[in-house]
Amino acid sequence: MPLGQTVIEKIFSAHSKDEVKPGNIIWLDLDVRSARDFAGANVVFNLKKHYGDQEKFEDKEKTVFTFDCVVPANNLGYAENQQIIRFFAREEGIRVFDSEWGIGSHVLIEEGYSVPGSTVVGTDSHLNIMGSVGSFGQGMGDQDIAFGMKAGKTWFEVPPTMKVIIEGEIKAPCSAKDLTLAVIKKLTSKGALGRAIEFEGKAIDKLSFAGRITLASMVTEMGGIVGFIPPNQEIIDYFKTRSRSKFTPYYADEDAKYVEEVVIDINDLKPLIALPFKPDNVVEVESLEKDKIHVDSAFLGSCTNGRYEDMKIAVEMLKGKQVAEHTVMKIVPATRTVLGDMIKNGDLQTLFDARALVSNPGCAGCASGQIGMTGKGEVQVSTGNRNFKGKQGAGLTYLCSPATATAAALAGKIISPENL
Amino acid sequence: MKKSVILKGRALVIRNEKTEPIDDIDTDMIFHNKYLHITDINEMGQYAFDNLDGWKDFAKKAKIGDILVLGANFGSGSSRQQAVDCFSALGVQALIAKSYGAIYKRNAINAGMPILQADVIDEIKFIENKDEIEVNLETGLIKNLTKNKEHKAKGMSNVQIDIYHSGNLFEYAKNLK
Ligand code: SF4
Repeated sequence: MPLGQTVIEKIFSAHSKDEVKPGNIIWLDLDVRSARDFAGANVVFNLKKHYGDQEKFEDKEKTVFTFDCVVPANNLGYAENQQIIRFFAREEGIRVFDSEWGIGSHVLIEEGYSVPGSTVVGTDSHLNIMGSVGSFGQGMGDQDIAFGMKAGKTWFEVPPTMKVIIEGEIKAPCSAKDLTLAVIKKLTSKGALGRAIEFEGKAIDKLSFAGRITLASMVTEMGGIVGFIPPNQEIIDYFKTRSRSKFTPYYADEDAKYVEEVVIDINDLKPLIALPFKPDNVVEVESLEKDKIHVDSAFLGSCTNGRYEDMKIAVEMLKGKQVAEHTVMKIVPATRTVLGDMIKNGDLQTLFDARALVSNPGCAGCASGQIGMTGKGEVQVSTGNRNFKGKQGAGLTYLCSPATATAAALAGKIISPENL
Repeated sequence: MKKSVILKGRALVIRNEKTEPIDDIDTDMIFHNKYLHITDINEMGQYAFDNLDGWKDFAKKAKIGDILVLGANFGSGSSRQQAVDCFSALGVQALIAKSYGAIYKRNAINAGMPILQADVIDEIKFIENKDEIEVNLETGLIKNLTKNKEHKAKGMSNVQIDIYHSGNLFEYAKNLK
């Protein structure tokens, strides 16, 4: 292996015979090929159209469908597309993680498909969330994914890597989401365009599994291809029992080459919030307090903040209290596993008593799924990752941490959790 | 049968009336969204560039075997495959641009359209409309036979050459074991 490689260059070298160098286009072996209920039916269509009478899969064990956008389907379009996938998968013997499982990218991690050092593709534009466990993930179009399922590989242009160094530590009530918003504020939506990111620093090392997912999930909003967080012992142990195969975590060489280094100091980090309609339009929550912005709905969930740790923040804050009278709090665990932990620990009772609405796992608010959309003029605080116009209905979406979303639910207005 | 990696053809250089390169040509200028319902490739050619100032009659100007010479960030914008296919429909052999939009690049490679990256459009002395040029896809050597000049660009990768020989991405996969 040549010296001086970044993480992505190492993962690619282990999955390709071609010369791995930024700018080179290489054939990349794929460990996992997935499609979700969004675009999945088109993947089926392409597979049938191009390989109708041939074997359609390089390896069925490495191919999965995950349903998460709209689960269970609440409109005919999704219902039909999901059924097209079910029929096809049953006939071909492909695994489907159906409507009960939750967000596909998380399920792939929990079920040991996406492991450190692996390569994963799917029709989900946030599949680069795999960087949270040191795996390369990438969202692609339906034709590309159909090809990947058939060929077991795809082509990819090796991106240059930039380094983002975090100085300082995260102090409560701030969490990984506030750190993430601070990074987006600094990089903006174009700061990592066409690049891989490697995150570094003490605060990064200390990030929990859930915190890593939060940060990696929003690299898309920074314009990046993927953002890697070096796996620590906790991550490696996590996969020891669940990985489907042997895995190798990769770390950058000391003399690896970076196109840019950005240092972000978070010593004075305060709870942050992104204003509608741009994820990089980030300000301190406190700066909005004087405006007394009434909050109609607070959404806790999504692939960014749907882990048990995120749920627990809300549970602790809501204990013995109630959501404000003119506010609805919608809570959606990312996966069955998260929901299972909530049931086991009695959290659902706490949330019920607080008058919070809890739904089955999935993308929900983020994809106009099971917990509904926002109406015109509706102010929603959301722990999701995108607040584009029209994405979650006609309302105004602010992006923030679980603590800030819960504070808003309790106060009925936008308020920093420090000042609750 | 393998296709030739040395292509010879007439250059169509996409400059404006002041003979400056036109940068940032987006997919709506290449193939406007009002034609997106068209799925038959044979019908696509007539609309190529029909929303690009100065080049609205491109379909009439283009000849089979032409090689397009383009500016920076060519094909930015949407993911429509028609923005590549409309050129294939007219028999355009290859594209040489200063740079490409990321999705456009993916679509072009997947469709087996040879694309090179080179700054040749900057120099009017190097290339003009209707010059005879020859490009070697493997080595990246671009020869202007009319003006007797050469430019060395980066050759296409093995991946692009593999897909180019197969016709497109899906055909490539059919021949894998
Ligand atoms: S939660 Fe939203 S961003 Fe995440 S995978 Fe689902 S739809 Fe995509």
